[in-house]
Amino acid sequence: MLSRVGETLYWMSRYIERAENVARLINVNNMLMMDLPKGVSTGWEPLVDIIGARESYQETHTDFSEPKALRYLLVGKDNFSSILNSIISARESARTIRDVIPRDIWEEINTLYYYVKDNQNEGLSKRGRFAYLKAIIDAAHQIFGALDATINHDLGYTFIRLGLMIERADMTSRILDIRSENLIISEEAKPFENIQWISLLRSLSAYQMYRQEMGVRVQRSDVIEFVMHSDVFPRSIMYCLGQMKALISPLPNSAEIITSIDKAIDELKAGDVRSLEKGYLHEYIDEIQIKLAGIHNDLAELYFLKPAE
Amino acid sequence: MGISFTVYNEGNMIDRAWPFDIIPRTIGKKEWQGVEIGLKQRTEALNLFIDDLYHDQKIIKDGVFPKGLLEKSVNFRKQCVGINPPNKIWAHICGSDLVRDGKGTMYVLEDNLRVPSGVSYMLENRSVMKRVFPELFEQVSILPVDDYPSQLFDMLAAMSPRPQDKPEVVVLTPGVFNSAYFEHCYLAQEMGCELVEGRDLVVEKDDCVYMRTITGLQRVDVIYRRIDDLFLDPEAFLPDSQLGVPGLMRAWSKGNVALVNAPGAGVADDKVVYAYVPEMIKYYLGEEAKLENVPTYKCMDPKECDHVIKNIDKLVVKPANESGGYGLLIGPKSTKKEQQATIAQIKADPRNWVAQPTLDLSTVPTLEEDGITPGGRHADLRPFILSSGKDTQVTTGGLTRVAMVKGSLVVNSSQGGGSKDTWIVDEEAK
Repeated sequence: MLSRVGETLYWMSRYIERAENVARLINVNNMLMMDLPKGVSTGWEPLVDIIGARESYQETHTDFSEPKALRYLLVGKDNFSSILNSIISARESARTIRDVIPRDIWEEINTLYYYVKDNQNEGLSKRGRFAYLKAIIDAAHQIFGALDATINHDLGYTFIRLGLMIERADMTSRILDIRSENLIISEEAKPFENIQWISLLRSLSAYQMYRQEMGVRVQRSDVIEFVMHSDVFPRSIMYCLGQMKALISPLPNSAEIITSIDKAIDELKAGDVRSLEKGYLHEYIDEIQIKLAGIHNDLAELYFLKPAE
Repeated sequence: MGISFTVYNEGNMIDRAWPFDIIPRTIGKKEWQGVEIGLKQRTEALNLFIDDLYHDQKIIKDGVFPKGLLEKSVNFRKQCVGINPPNKIWAHICGSDLVRDGKGTMYVLEDNLRVPSGVSYMLENRSVMKRVFPELFEQVSILPVDDYPSQLFDMLAAMSPRPQDKPEVVVLTPGVFNSAYFEHCYLAQEMGCELVEGRDLVVEKDDCVYMRTITGLQRVDVIYRRIDDLFLDPEAFLPDSQLGVPGLMRAWSKGNVALVNAPGAGVADDKVVYAYVPEMIKYYLGEEAKLENVPTYKCMDPKECDHVIKNIDKLVVKPANESGGYGLLIGPKSTKKEQQATIAQIKADPRNWVAQPTLDLSTVPTLEEDGITPGGRHADLRPFILSSGKDTQVTTGGLTRVAMVKGSLVVNSSQGGGSKDTWIVDEEAK
């Protein structure tokens, strides 16, 4: 497997996962805002924070009103992580390795691109939004499902899975970070605290699985524990790290990366996340994100094509 | 139909659908067998000619081919002088364009020996036809085309410098922005080999070529390159080329890697050199050309040049080294102003121009919005010839390109032409 091809597969997969995560976030936020009383909602601001785009957003926008923030998140040309830009990047990646990926997968990515681009007005409208985002989420699932079922499970597939897992762990950590930081805990909002935690779970499609696994009322400490530490929930950070370790182990020269992943896992296990209060939780997640970035850098250094000297 | 070909001046869209006409073009098997023999003869002579030019230049010494022509050739690569590619083959893949005149005679219009493209469209067109009109294939005995990728792979593998079971064959593409990228992908996929870009390859101190893989460097034996000569190796040619591989020419000249087609093969695909092919066949093979050339006036000859300038409104005038129909003047369809501009260009550099009479080109029926076109459309045919030195193979038929505008003589995909499936039909089969 060519280094360039491995790298491109990795990014293609990351971008699709990113688009799917952002689509889910918007959908869930949309639902949450309908439930919260006027004046209590945090609006769309946290979503811009989750994708780490506050500064660049504020350069061109004066406020976080729904039409502006939504356009930015869905199709913003100036937003590198907008759904449309993520899909464009995934498609460009796929295009340069069309000889490697099954033809049907290319066609699905291409179809998704045209869907996102041509139906953006649906996504911006209140009525059309749910169906538009659902279609994007479904398409992403279909692409990953088809990849799993039709591509050789060789080195290339390893990089597809690695991209998927690292992006997922990263998004989970971001969602948990911003959502828990921004949780409105005022006397007035007390009755609504619960639905905000439920909404966090929903953003990670974790609600049903949380109920099955934790079997308790939705409460802060259990939610954090579940999305960070669960061994069985496929979007928990711990699960993603475990998968990455298993994927990397057979690769040549991977000892160093395995050490980095082990460190991240140890860090994650050591924290008694249940008791971490606001602020501390944020710092703690920051550490984990730095570790994830480190794993990516190690991968790039070891396996990807170096720019010409 | 899912086929794309990039045109360089269509804004930021990098793909454009390529029109496919569903009415197949048919040629009888008997006639085709004759064409096939002619094409084999032609490529054999062309390869001998190229090899001669880079060695003793006997054909020049014997006064058959003018020295002045070679000196002015833009596709002659002095870096290739004295190099011996395996089996003395330089043009492993040749795409010759054929046309038929009003009387039915097939002529060779030009030979493409650098990186001829279009074969993937030939294969795709057939697969579309089989899906859409399966019943036609039951009634008529149409010779298959789908063996091409295997033949191509076998030819490439035969060029490997390391005799072994599975030589590492790669397709080298300039990248996703190249107009024929679809084809590069397609062929790599069909042959099951890696599609590489220049940055994926490296020439190490041992003068061998390696590709950078996840598991480290891996030796490459044969490169089917789809990059023009001048971009192949910044050490030997254009120093600022980002597409090529530094040291590639070194590795090739030492025989550590095979390049297909060989650098410098383009010296014989010049439209002036073309005029000498019948003489070459006689010189090297002692035979008469079995496939005729279209009569060609060479502007380097003052008498012929005069004739061209006087009759420019009746001739097709071509620059010697352009491909894709760029820079072409079609006399009868041009304005006085365009003619004057071309005459000025001819006078400035006569070596660079040739002219041919506008043949009474045959037409083929095509299907347009109002039904089958009355009078048809002009078409040409590009078969592909594979030479390994031991074995020569010609595609059954080839790619038929058709002008999509009434009366137009230009069929190039880069100029808005379309394509057709081409059937070699066995008339005797029951």
